[in-house]
Amino acid sequence: MSLTDAPRIVTARTGFDDSYTIDRFLATGGFDGLRKALTMTPAEVCEQVDAASLLGRGGAGFPAGRKWSMLRKSDVSYLVINGDESEPATFKDHLLVEGDPHQLVEGVVIASYALQVSQAFIFLRGEFALGLERVQTAVNNAYAAGALGQNIFGSGFSLDIVVHPGAGAYICGEETSLLESLEGKRGFPRIKPPFFPAAIGLYGEPTVVNNVETVSNLPWIVLNGGAAFAALGEGRSTGTRLFALSGHVRNPGVYELEMVKHSFRDLIFSPTLGGGVPSGTGVKAVIPGGVSAPWFYEEHLDLPLGQDEVAEAGSMLGSGSIVVMDETTCMVKAAWRITRFFSRESCGQCTPCREGSGWLERILFRLENGQGRREDLDLLLDLCDNIAPGLAWPPQQTTICVLGPSIPSSIHSSISRFRDEYLQHVTEGRCPHA
Amino acid sequence: MSHLSPERRQRCERLIALYPEKRSALIPLCHIAQEQDGYLSEPAMVEIAAMVGVTPAEVQGTATFYDMLHTEPVGTYVVGVCTNIACLLAGGDELLAHAEGALGVRAGGTTEDGVFTLEETECLADCDIAPCVQVNHRYVRTTTPEALDGLLAELRAGDRADEIPTHGTLIRVERTTGLTTDPEAIAAERAAKREEAGA
Ligand SMILES: Cc1cc2nc3c(=O)[nH]c(=O)nc-3n(C[C@H](O)[C@H](O)[C@H](O)COP(=O)(O)O)c2cc1C
Ligand code: SF4
Ligand code: FES
Repeated sequence: MSLTDAPRIVTARTGFDDSYTIDRFLATGGFDGLRKALTMTPAEVCEQVDAASLLGRGGAGFPAGRKWSMLRKSDVSYLVINGDESEPATFKDHLLVEGDPHQLVEGVVIASYALQVSQAFIFLRGEFALGLERVQTAVNNAYAAGALGQNIFGSGFSLDIVVHPGAGAYICGEETSLLESLEGKRGFPRIKPPFFPAAIGLYGEPTVVNNVETVSNLPWIVLNGGAAFAALGEGRSTGTRLFALSGHVRNPGVYELEMVKHSFRDLIFSPTLGGGVPSGTGVKAVIPGGVSAPWFYEEHLDLPLGQDEVAEAGSMLGSGSIVVMDETTCMVKAAWRITRFFSRESCGQCTPCREGSGWLERILFRLENGQGRREDLDLLLDLCDNIAPGLAWPPQQTTICVLGPSIPSSIHSSISRFRDEYLQHVTEGRCPHA
Repeated sequence: MSHLSPERRQRCERLIALYPEKRSALIPLCHIAQEQDGYLSEPAMVEIAAMVGVTPAEVQGTATFYDMLHTEPVGTYVVGVCTNIACLLAGGDELLAHAEGALGVRAGGTTEDGVFTLEETECLADCDIAPCVQVNHRYVRTTTPEALDGLLAELRAGDRADEIPTHGTLIRVERTTGLTTDPEAIAAERAAKREEAGA
């Protein structure tokens, strides 16, 4: 296969050793997008983002332009950037916050101008110690360069950005939980409706929450026009996207690829990308889009990396992370570890999620350790059905947030496909892979 | 008498001033308190509560929700080994077991000399260099038992102190300016802009 010659939009600088410095940034078109945006009206900037069909890169894939148009008009409103990045196997925002923090800040100022918000916050997971340093330095540099603060570049537009640390909680990636955390509280997701913080958000004021990668696209979109962005990719999946590839591949890493134009197989096997499976065995399963997503198998590998294409095949592109598991992988152990993650990270507000995740985890644990029973398989599926009725995809919402209904994905996937492997754990009284 | 050092107290005050509501500074302040004490001590919680205008119980109740905030003392170096899915596939379990052996504590425990606390972590967003290890929330990229042993020896000898500071994820984060805009002026300006756009 050949890679398309699409430009690198968000990782143009990350190949340089000094990509995070203001010098490199300014030498490579830094703030050009912002300068141009400030010559446009806020509405014109919004039109370009709408024309780009920029889908949110945080997980849900909601069009940024649409989200922006929903922001309730108010004298006080906020923009909050989601840099919590805690979905297992997702590590693309990590690259952007450490590798090109000025681009992020430029994107935040552009979005703030377009939305006319009164203040912006960049929420970064607390474990990004270096990322926090780099983004704060980029914010400091932006103030010094006149790109932030009073009367930005003489435009009359003024803005402050505050960099805010999380403190270790996956659930704070859920946008309403993130807002609670930013208000100095436990990260309990808020009850919906309202479904969007655009109506009632931070401190009860209208708020747009966007992902780090989403806003990092804005300097390019403003400079090159929404149409140029929309010309890349296909259908609703436009532009490029960061794919975080991990697990059993020769070259794990973050790859920026034109949307839809490459398949899972390209990403995993191309010598310039994943480089194939090192053990030489086949691909047993692939988790597309984060551990909340149903799994894919060999027969899905030719699917294009596009949001709707993956959704139609019964899963989701989600956070753009792809985990490859080769033939040597124990599917029970994989499902158990993912479930244990959910069980640990459930915030505890909803019974199906809090209790269900713990029960599921304990049953999977005994199965993995050879102490399971045949009936456990049906018990697992029954419990999953209680959390996500009908085990449909996308799941029915039975809880306050989407974490709960995401728990069944790995269990339902692995039992449906690898029932024999589960039963082997029971009949042999041990993990056949151990 | 303030429990936090005057320098830290000042940083706290400057942080509080960045937010529309004081309470938003609660978590950043907890990080700063951990720089000083290594963990969130009781006097620190009392002081933070007074600074952001909540009760000490609210500080504690909030802090216990978050994995990075410790209400019990921890070692000088908190070593986190990820065993989540990508790291599991790369032998995260084995690396954690090795660390337990090397340090003589189970995950969650602190060595008797108080130098190390070992933690099993969830995904740390560095899954391409797996299994991922962080020390005091700095990525150290020691993916093999040998590399991990080497790192632990260096930490014990104090050789990595520059690169891996003691506690506090904000210890090297310094904001150079306070807010430059006045919230009321901003609100008025935005209102005018909207009127102009609507007109
Ligand atoms: C449990 C859970 C965890 C999430 N974690 C993240 C995250 O770490 N980063 C992120 O950007 N979005 C995350 N999201 C999605 C956010 O709620 C939100 O949709 C997103 O930040 C919006 O930004 P976007 O429209 O630019 O994608 C998570 C959602 C859920 C339900
Ligand atoms: S679904 Fe789970 S994580 Fe989400 S609010 Fe309910 S208990 Fe909390
Ligand atoms: S799974 Fe270990 S760092 Fe992501």
